[in-house]
Amino acid sequence: MKMDHFETLHRPDEQEPAAVAGQRWRAWRLLLATRRSSAETMVSSERTLISPLMLRRPLVRALYWGVFSLLLLGTVTTFGPLYWMVSGALKSNVEIFQTPPTFWPTHPQWSNYSNAWQILQLPLYMCNSLLLAIGAVVLQLLVSATAAYALSKLRLRGKNALQFAFFATLMVPSVVYLIPQFVNISDLPLIHVSLINSWAGVWLPEAANAFNILVLKSFFDTIPSELIDAARLDGASSWQVFTRIVLPLSRPALAVITIFTVIASWKDFLWPLLVLSNSNLQPLLVALYHESGLNANLPFSYLMAGLVFASIPPILLFLLFQRQIIRGVNLTGLKG
Amino acid sequence: MSRSSSSPSPLSPPREPAPALMSGAGLLAARGEQAHRRLGPLSRRLWALWRQVQGYLFLLPALLIFALFVWYPVVLGFVMSFQSVDLINPATWVGWTNYRHVLADPLFAIAWRNTLAFTGYALLFGYVVPLVLALAINEMRHGKSYFRLAFYLPVMLPPIVTVFLWRWMYDPDAGLLNALLSLVHLPGRLWLEDPQTALPALVVVATWSAAGSTMLVYLAALQGVPASLYEAAEIDGAGFWHRLWHVTLPCIRPIMLLMLVLQIIATMQVFIEPFTITGGGPQHATLSVLLLIYTYAFQNADFGEASALSVMLFLVLAAFALVYMRMTSRLLQGD
Repeated sequence: MKMDHFETLHRPDEQEPAAVAGQRWRAWRLLLATRRSSAETMVSSERTLISPLMLRRPLVRALYWGVFSLLLLGTVTTFGPLYWMVSGALKSNVEIFQTPPTFWPTHPQWSNYSNAWQILQLPLYMCNSLLLAIGAVVLQLLVSATAAYALSKLRLRGKNALQFAFFATLMVPSVVYLIPQFVNISDLPLIHVSLINSWAGVWLPEAANAFNILVLKSFFDTIPSELIDAARLDGASSWQVFTRIVLPLSRPALAVITIFTVIASWKDFLWPLLVLSNSNLQPLLVALYHESGLNANLPFSYLMAGLVFASIPPILLFLLFQRQIIRGVNLTGLKG
Repeated sequence: MSRSSSSPSPLSPPREPAPALMSGAGLLAARGEQAHRRLGPLSRRLWALWRQVQGYLFLLPALLIFALFVWYPVVLGFVMSFQSVDLINPATWVGWTNYRHVLADPLFAIAWRNTLAFTGYALLFGYVVPLVLALAINEMRHGKSYFRLAFYLPVMLPPIVTVFLWRWMYDPDAGLLNALLSLVHLPGRLWLEDPQTALPALVVVATWSAAGSTMLVYLAALQGVPASLYEAAEIDGAGFWHRLWHVTLPCIRPIMLLMLVLQIIATMQVFIEPFTITGGGPQHATLSVLLLIYTYAFQNADFGEASALSVMLFLVLAAFALVYMRMTSRLLQGD
């Protein structure tokens, strides 16, 4: 909720160890060890509801391990469906519709994955999804960083009114103007251009993201104005202050926004579905949705394999950037 | 300052050190004033103008994008709700006709009832589960980060993956759910084909995929509960339940209220689960307001009626959004 989360985002112990040839694994183990120890000291230094003293009582200890095993059992509900998906993709087309279903594929068809990769044209659609995500990041960073800088660090007349106009859009869920938005981009006012079936039709509306501006502005606000004054004294222009001081200092905040934009763009479904009817332009998820409905001959296990491929990038991103994502959720959680 | 825009002269362009005027503090302010005094009143005004133009150049991309893709469509939505729009013929003004048609549609009441039922169920499952999970995980001395990761994982799955996966698990013959039931010798069910169970089944999907992020927010809030409060309560002899009720919960109550409003706003926009899993069936048992809007627009090609229903949804959500806004401002002030 407070913006000072960011200040701890970039920790020196997060730097990758230098990869000495043949000793890479050792470096990684070292890294993991330092991380674990820092995580553990963090946990143990915290005081929670149950006191350490209380935990020494046998009854409380038993209860503690009871809750622990319940939670462990609870994780089956999240890993179970994932396992079902990955293993389902390995089943033959007969086995996958067998009643009762098999919990373990009797003859794992590893070729299902490679076949799905080709038949569903996954390289094309993954590439589309990737390009859509890259465009979204570039555009959103450009739009929100410049606006946040102007709102945070420049003295402008009418700034408060504009700020209100930006942030008021946070209160308007985009689905309530979904229909007019579609009519809007199918014939833009004044210039009368249609963005239907173009990636710009996906990129531009999602670039109007007041939340990015809010996060960046709050972060820019924490940059001391003495620093900027000093640069000004040395004759730096507003643009130079922006690119040489504000942006480099805000790398953690920009990173959070980048990660969240990539993930949101990859997961986006309804808007690309409406805008992109040309199948050569569609992102992976829209293509999979159409494929499941239109191609009746598509083996179900291939569809499952396609879903597995579609899940890998966001899960990988999550595992790589857990720290940033968890901190980011605490900010975006307010947005929902 | 207000006259500056009316009297610019092309003969005195702004000079180089102009940006130094930007700051107001300390030495710089003094220097700025000196610079001011050295200049004539006209060029001083020009500088001020140039500064404003520069600032607005930074705002230009956002202003253009927001005007074209948020502010304009929002207004357009209100206008279109009074028009007949089919994207082929030019729009014509029809007054309140769209609203009358929407209100007379028998599906209108069904869609609202389903949406409210969905929101109610979603709060029943989705409000308590993340809170209890966060409370339990926060007490764990072992595997804390594993639990956090495991319960957050579904949030990372793209929604289309989640809905396809669950549609298959709900399958009466080849699905995982009925297979598990038959393992313990219980009869299977037609989860999605039965109007009784279809809507709750979708709520389970929505909760499964969203609970993790709410849990993370609660976990962060729980970390913020000061240890001194627990220690003080302990010294006063407060037991576990007392501490939970009088220390933990009051500390995270603002966040709990906020999440309640946010969840209501989010679940009232339910679309993707009924759209892809049940298509609104069986017998309209899972038809949501947003799905009805989609049907009006993209199946009946009646964008006017779709806008009219959108306006109604907007008014309801805006009421909750106002509550949310008041809460966040109070919360931020409290910080």
